Order: sequence, then structure tokens, then C-alpha cells
Amino acid sequence: METTWAHASEIAATVADGRTTASAVTNAALARIDELDGVLNAFTAVLGERALAKAQSIDAARDAGRPLGPLAGVPFAVKNLFDVAGLATLAGSKINRTRPPATRDATLVTRLEAAGAVLVGALNMGEYAYDFTGENFHDGPSRNPHDITRMTGGSSGGSGGAVAGGLVPIALGSDTNGSIRVPSSFCGTFGLKPTYGRLSRAHTFPFVASFDHLGPFARSARDLALAYDAMQGADPDDPVLSDRPVEPATPLIDRGTHGLHIALAGGYFRTGLAPEAETALARVAAALGVERKIEVPEAARARAAAYIITASEGAALHLERLRKQARDFDPAVRDRLIAGAMIPAALVAKAQKFRRWYRAQVLALFTEVDAILAPATPCVAPLIGQQTFSLGGREVQLRPNVGIYTQPISFIGLPVVAVPVPLKPLPVAVQIIAAPWREDVALRIAHALEAAGVVASGKPVVHAGKKAARK
Amino acid sequence: MAKKRVTSPRRGKKKAVSKAKSGRSRSLAVKRASSQRRPKRAPAKPVSDPLDAFVGAAARALELPIDPAWKPAVKASLETTLKLGATFADFPLPDDAEPAPVFTA
Repeated sequence: METTWAHASEIAATVADGRTTASAVTNAALARIDELDGVLNAFTAVLGERALAKAQSIDAARDAGRPLGPLAGVPFAVKNLFDVAGLATLAGSKINRTRPPATRDATLVTRLEAAGAVLVGALNMGEYAYDFTGENFHDGPSRNPHDITRMTGGSSGGSGGAVAGGLVPIALGSDTNGSIRVPSSFCGTFGLKPTYGRLSRAHTFPFVASFDHLGPFARSARDLALAYDAMQGADPDDPVLSDRPVEPATPLIDRGTHGLHIALAGGYFRTGLAPEAETALARVAAALGVERKIEVPEAARARAAAYIITASEGAALHLERLRKQARDFDPAVRDRLIAGAMIPAALVAKAQKFRRWYRAQVLALFTEVDAILAPATPCVAPLIGQQTFSLGGREVQLRPNVGIYTQPISFIGLPVVAVPVPLKPLPVAVQIIAAPWREDVALRIAHALEAAGVVASGKPVVHAGKKAARK
Repeated sequence: MAKKRVTSPRRGKKKAVSKAKSGRSRSLAVKRASSQRRPKRAPAKPVSDPLDAFVGAAARALELPIDPAWKPAVKASLETTLKLGATFADFPLPDDAEPAPVFTA
């Protein structure tokens, strides 16, 4: 069986019924990484030995008749801010390279492996996750499999590139302001940013405590659900984690959209869209029969407040490093963090008060609807190195503005599935936003759209060719 | 940099208006100036930006070593941040509004 473009659910099924082995799947993934990563630059570490040992243990378990997990033999990789035993947790930085190797895996890595998945490596990312481009100053840019001259989006750039390029069927990333949803949009993958506090953040390198989320990338909604379900659960190592019980989404994913009330976000979320993003949104809305428009109140102010809290908390996290090792930062990250350290405290306090007010307004919308559709990015993937882009006819800085539609949502921790609309030549995603703790609703809608052929991870043509220059 | 005299835009504007309104001849203006025994003014210096001064002062106060080459980018970033902050800074909220994070003891 050819597994490099197979979904995780298909791989697990074929490993379970013996049509293939976890070792064969892992070897194929490692070969694919070896073939294409020189071009895509998605990986910063490949763990061949560890992966094959894990795969062999799964095959041995099957041979012995022991039950296999729902992700048996599924290769996966993680953004390099996740702790992986034996590796320094880089978080995309030069500074962290001197840290001692992690002595254990992040909780979510442990959980995926407990479900039978096989960790094959760590992935490139924007430095310290303060990034929407996927361009890493130290490791070079991760490249978009649909067009290697274009950015993956960030900061989980390697996660988007690895899944879209067929190197792994599942990757983990983090999303503070859009770092799962932006690369999902640019690379054409499915991405899930769960509710704030749903999945453990333990043993990962943080960025903004108020907004940090972790979640999966995949090439199908079902794969997102499988990974998400495997990662749920209590964890005493994460004080922010909710004590809600595990609420599996996979068993509900086939329920369709009947009975769900879905609206299209208007106003703020409809200004500045490039024609491709407009087309994608229109296709998804039409497929779901959505006509109702809904105003998300004060979304622009919400985005502004998210921006201030991000800059301030990010600066606080890195203040000592800025004092002692400022020259070792990516300059684009350093300058914003230094500025963040100078923000008046009164503004940050007001932003947090505004956040609670805004949350109440948006939660009120969910008494009327089950889900809201909004664009994920204003445009398709820009060129690597591009500094500005056109937003509603105005040329604006790219880095601070690519996340304008994602920031007002993560600001209050709502669950979102980014679904890729496979436009040619480049995909672009739509956000399906649900009420807190209703990941199942967003995943159901995503799955229904996929079944209808409206959203899909399109297979890119990536030529191994010669290695792209790394910085 | 903090010791530099900062000319406020308002003051500069006033001066420009009074000059424009005066309509007096140059000689009269010169005579008046000399009669008040004003010291001869040095050539006009570029007006310093308060945000430049703030960035310099804040960097010193926070012990953040900033290479002069980084300053324009730091200032531009802070400027963007403050502009965004201004969009919600005066948003009316009651005094007893609670911030979003809730600490649980």
C-alpha cells in the first residue's frame, strides 16, 4: 500500500488488519522526508532510530494479538517547541540550542504515541512562535509544497509544510494568534485549534500564556478528530487545563450538518479579502446553505487587544534573554519584543478587561447559532521574503496583518477548524468557529464539507530536485 | 537623548501662525527682536520625536541594550502597538469590570 498520501485513519486500519506494517509505513515516511525535506525544509530533526523502534513495538504487539491504538503506525511530527526526549527544545530559536536536551516528551507527544502513532521528527517554526510567515532566521524558511517560492505561513510553518507535502499525515503545532490556522490556509491542510484549556500544554515552550493553544494538522477532518481525541484528558502538569471530562469527537463526526445553525461573519471579517479568499468563503457558505450574516461585535478592537497582550506577555517571557542575548534573536522578533517590553501596563490591564467584555458579547451569539464561518487569511500564500501585501486595496505590512481574522477568535479561546478550499494554483482556508468546548460541531461541519468535495487537502507536485538553499 | 529639548507640535504651530499673521516687515521684526536682547538663535534643529525619547529612556530604565540600528524598527513596532492600543483604551467599561484571567487559589 502507498501510504505517503494516505490519511491517518486509513494507515491505522491497514496496520490493524495486517495489510501493511507500522515498520513499512515508518520506513516510507522516513524515505519521503529524506527525498523532499531538502526542498521543503519542514524538519529540524528526524528521529529515524526512535521511530523505527516504536514501529517495531507496534508490529510486535499486533503479532502477539494485543490491541492496537486508533493511530497504530501513523507517523507524526511536532513543531520544535514540543519537548522531545533527547532533543533541545528549540522553539525556532538560536538561543535555545544551548539548552540541555529534554528528558521527557511533551504530554501530547506521549498521548499520540500511546494511541499507536510514531514520532518521526521535530519541525521548523518561526522563532519563539512570534511569526505568521514560517520563515526562520536561523534554519531557513519552511517552503510551501504547492509552490516552493511561497511561504508556508507560521509560526507552525514546518507543521503545515510536512502535512501538505505528504511527509507525515499528522503534525502538531501551536496557535497563539493563528499559528495553526494561517499555515493551514496557506498550505491547504485541515487544522484544529481547540478551545483554550482543552489540550495540555505541559512540557512545551510557551509564548503568550493568555492565548497559547496546541493542536493538530491533518489532511482530513476525521484525522484531526482522531488525533484530538487521543490527546484529550487531565494533566496535573498543566494548571490551565480544564477539568472537563474527555469528550470524543470522532464518534460524532458523521452526523452531518442537519439541525445546525450556521452563520457567516460579516463586517470586520468581510473587509480586505483578496478574491481567492472571498471565493473560498462563498463556496463553503453555499455548500452549507448559509445565508445568515452575523456581526461579531468589536472584532477590530479585539484584534488590537490581542496584539497588545501578545506583545506584552511575549516581552515579559523573553526580557532576560533580550537583556543578555539580544543579538542572538531573529531581528524581526527581537525588535517587536523590545517594543513589547515598553507597553504601558494600563493598556495591558485594559486589554484583559476588554477581553472579558468581548467574550460575553461573542458567547451571546452562540445562543443563536452553532457555528460561524470566517476567512482564515486575507489572501493565499505570499512569496517567501515578501514584506507587504494588499489588504482591501491598501498596501500594509505582512507580518502584523496576516492574522487579522484569526486573532479575534483565539483572543477568547474559541475552538476553530480551518478547512482548506483547494483553489488553483493555491489553496486558502475558511475558519469554522464553534462555541467553547464544541470542537465536535466544527469537526462535523468540516467533515460534511469534505464529504461534499468542497474542502480537501489537494495533493501538490513537489519535485525532489536539488536542495533549496538553507540559511 | 532624554535631555534634549522637545518642541511640542502645538507650540511650533502657534509660532507659525503668529508669523503668518504678523504681516510686519522683516526690518521691524528684527528691530523688535534686538530690542528685547534675545540671544542669537542657533540654526533650527530637527524636532525630536517624543517616542524616540521614550524608547531611549525606557530601554535604559529596563536595562535593554538597544543597538542604534535597531531603534527605528523598535520605534515603528511600538508606534503600531500604541496605535492599536488607542483603539480600545477609551472603550467604556465599568470600573468593576473584571479582567479575563481568573486566578483560582
